[in-house]
Amino acid sequence: MKGVNQSTTLLKEREDFIYCKDGCQTDTFRCDAESVSGAVSQRACVYCGARVVLNPITDAFHIVHGPIGCASYTWDIRGSLTSGEELYRNSFSTDLGEQDVIFGGEKKLTAAIDEVASLYAPKVIFVYATCIVGVIGDDVKAVCKMAEQKHGIRVIPVMSPGFAGHKSVGYKMACNAIMELIGTEKREKTNRINILGDFNLAGEMWIIKDYLNQIGIDVAAQITGDASCEQLMEAGSAALNIVQCAGSMTYLAKRMEEEMGIPYVKVSFFGIEDTTHSLLRIAQALGNEEALKKAEMLCEIEKNKLQDFLNKYRKNLKGKKAAIYVGGGFKAISLIKQFNEIGIDTVVVGTQTGKKDDYEIISQLVNPGTVVLDDANPAELETFMKQKEADILVGGVKERPLAYKLGIAFCDHNHERKHPLAGFIGVKNFIKEINLSMNSPVWDYIRRESL
Amino acid sequence: MLDLTPKELSERSALRVNPAKTCQPVGAMYAALGVHKCMPHSHGSQGCCSFHRMYLTRHFKEPAIAASSSFTEGSSVFGGGSNVKTAVKNIFDMYNPDIIAIHTTCLSETIGDDLNAFIQDMDIPEGKIVVHTNTPSYVGSHITGFGNMISGFIKHLAKSSKQSNGKLNILPGFVNPGDMREMKKLADFMGASYIMLPDTSGVLDAPMTGSYEMYPKGGTKIEDIVSMGDSELTLALGELTCEAPANELKRKCGVPYSAMPLPIGIEATDAYVMALSHFTKNEVPYEIEEERGQLVDTMLDGHPYFHNKSVAIYGDPDTVLGITALVLEMGMIPKYVITGTPGETFVKKANELFEKAGVIGCKAKAAGDLFELHQWIKNDSVDLLIGGTHGKHIARAEDIPLIRAGFPIIDRYVHSYMPIVGYKGAMRLVELILTALMDRQDRDCKEEDMEMVM
Repeated sequence: MKGVNQSTTLLKEREDFIYCKDGCQTDTFRCDAESVSGAVSQRACVYCGARVVLNPITDAFHIVHGPIGCASYTWDIRGSLTSGEELYRNSFSTDLGEQDVIFGGEKKLTAAIDEVASLYAPKVIFVYATCIVGVIGDDVKAVCKMAEQKHGIRVIPVMSPGFAGHKSVGYKMACNAIMELIGTEKREKTNRINILGDFNLAGEMWIIKDYLNQIGIDVAAQITGDASCEQLMEAGSAALNIVQCAGSMTYLAKRMEEEMGIPYVKVSFFGIEDTTHSLLRIAQALGNEEALKKAEMLCEIEKNKLQDFLNKYRKNLKGKKAAIYVGGGFKAISLIKQFNEIGIDTVVVGTQTGKKDDYEIISQLVNPGTVVLDDANPAELETFMKQKEADILVGGVKERPLAYKLGIAFCDHNHERKHPLAGFIGVKNFIKEINLSMNSPVWDYIRRESL
Repeated sequence: MLDLTPKELSERSALRVNPAKTCQPVGAMYAALGVHKCMPHSHGSQGCCSFHRMYLTRHFKEPAIAASSSFTEGSSVFGGGSNVKTAVKNIFDMYNPDIIAIHTTCLSETIGDDLNAFIQDMDIPEGKIVVHTNTPSYVGSHITGFGNMISGFIKHLAKSSKQSNGKLNILPGFVNPGDMREMKKLADFMGASYIMLPDTSGVLDAPMTGSYEMYPKGGTKIEDIVSMGDSELTLALGELTCEAPANELKRKCGVPYSAMPLPIGIEATDAYVMALSHFTKNEVPYEIEEERGQLVDTMLDGHPYFHNKSVAIYGDPDTVLGITALVLEMGMIPKYVITGTPGETFVKKANELFEKAGVIGCKAKAAGDLFELHQWIKNDSVDLLIGGTHGKHIARAEDIPLIRAGFPIIDRYVHSYMPIVGYKGAMRLVELILTALMDRQDRDCKEEDMEMVM
């Protein structure tokens, strides 16, 4: 932990996970490691990671095999929108009880799958194996295989015991399940692309698809925002994969590259710079000159359309200070750029599951003095946001009340986002939202202790 | 629309669809947050802790702190002993609570971790306390976990010195901070000297000050929990939630208890007030009589609009029974009452309420789910839904107004500050019910039937 002014006791074990950009190298900075026992971590588990990736598949059944909690906490929480089925917004589980724990839950799981099959005509069922399933000796893979044969449908196990790592491991398990579904069978190639790592929160997938449509690029499969099983099966025909949420989907992109020969590029549709760059990059990667021209034109027009808006808000926002605490590295990177575009300085930035590469890019983007931290806890966020006098925090559900308590404005860039934040329209929504939060008249009524 | 529920009822033996409960640990975490300077600790995988904090934060719109043992593959094989020992040391070093309240999870229970042994083996700093409870997620529900955590505090801390402290213990049930404040207000009006455990008021409804307190002002003090063993009586409000911990205290310290329904509605609040009066030997003061009279007044004012309307109530057992009692007092028909929490006592008590009020054709079910409730409604609808957020799919699909009461409410604000207990809480429910039904009438009636004065 270099250059960080410690005004509170930080755990020694946590020191390597925090540093302050002061020109020095980041050799000793650690990330992508297990959380310290006893830390009030903001991180989730393998099951959570797997569930959030697969949940947006709108016509799939998601049966959570375990005691009720894991199903309850994830019932319709993602904010992924659908243009088709609403099936995924229900909660299905085996609700294991004491007897099942003693005698095993295989029978109950088999019966639960049978009951789903008799209630509906499912195309695909994902079965999530939670913490205790392996411990009580259930062979979930075998149960799924038998159910496939019995019902003539896909029943895909998602091996996601919570203890097997943090969210990233769950992403991987979800990617494996997707591969299992789409298969590696050779398909006739088309010029279409797959979108990986957008979950259609507040309809963002639709915005991205609309841009692609405007520049003449068709989409084969959306993985997984507003996806349907049928559409996912088209994935093999794509010429290119574009990967937005790199933290969750790079693994799948790599597998698809190796096993299906589909190359991939990383993209991000947050902020003008990254949206523009991504659209051009896609056209280039496809070698599609016409699309490239159209993309240049589209971005130019959209960017120009935003100028008056940006000028108006820049006056309000210039010189403000932002803190960022999000799930993956790609989002943090886009947000820093987006803040730079409107003259906001990022003073604290952290992620739950960012990788070394992400932190290197982050380090290049931020100004000296910025605190960078991995897997932060509320006490650390509080310390550094206060120390760096942040005006706004961008984060997820657990960070919102913390920011408010500190008298700091907040924008949810996670499952509870209020508007689409992707694309050019997203720039507008994002800036409006942070401006709104920072300028609420209610802040003026806080009686601060220092008064 | 969000309407995948088939009308035809079918037998389900294994599949749980759209649950009306969640698992024990989140209840334990909530109870532990109601103890002053307490760090709840989840002994299991990191996700449990994260989900529970998220769930509580979504309901209370407040930070909910808790630490985790952060199990790994290794701990799931060799046990979580070293994880929890490291965790406890780290928590005291870093967050400096006075007490750590550990609860278990399905994983640590299944692998057979012995928390008692682990705790005895720990180096606990002088003056600091570690307590625990067992909360296997595959037994009961979050309500069970809430009760178990209270029992855990009592087991570890309450002591009998054989000298009465002259106080009354109040176990408030799984209710909001706003409810706990209302219960305390009535106890204050009655001049009772009491200890409430847990008490999340001042913790999960702490005021905005511009600074973040990891341990806000509220919460039951440790010395008060110790002293509960010297109290003269325990009122266990919410029989299905709080009788077990009250009994634990009786067993350990010989404090007698009286288990009562949650004070929701007139009669249950009367019973609570009379119990307080009996304990303090004080007459019921005018302030309380006035509130009661105002409640009855408003119920009479509005009765033409709610009398004989049918309602479906779902959620936690004691809350659902309380609301059922209130709507019966109002002359409404609680056609369906369900809880996800298992236990046939719920059904028995609901049936007793139906019988006493002389209503027929009402159905009660424990260990039910919202999918089944939806099926019942599809076959024979109701005028109103009362429960937590998760009924909103049914409300929308069937176009029935929904009043949010209970836990969890993750799509509205302010509710956790407002009571549904006591006469004031009942009045609030009456207003919510009236407004929902009358707004609906204004929306649905023919233009020529639209009335300015109602």
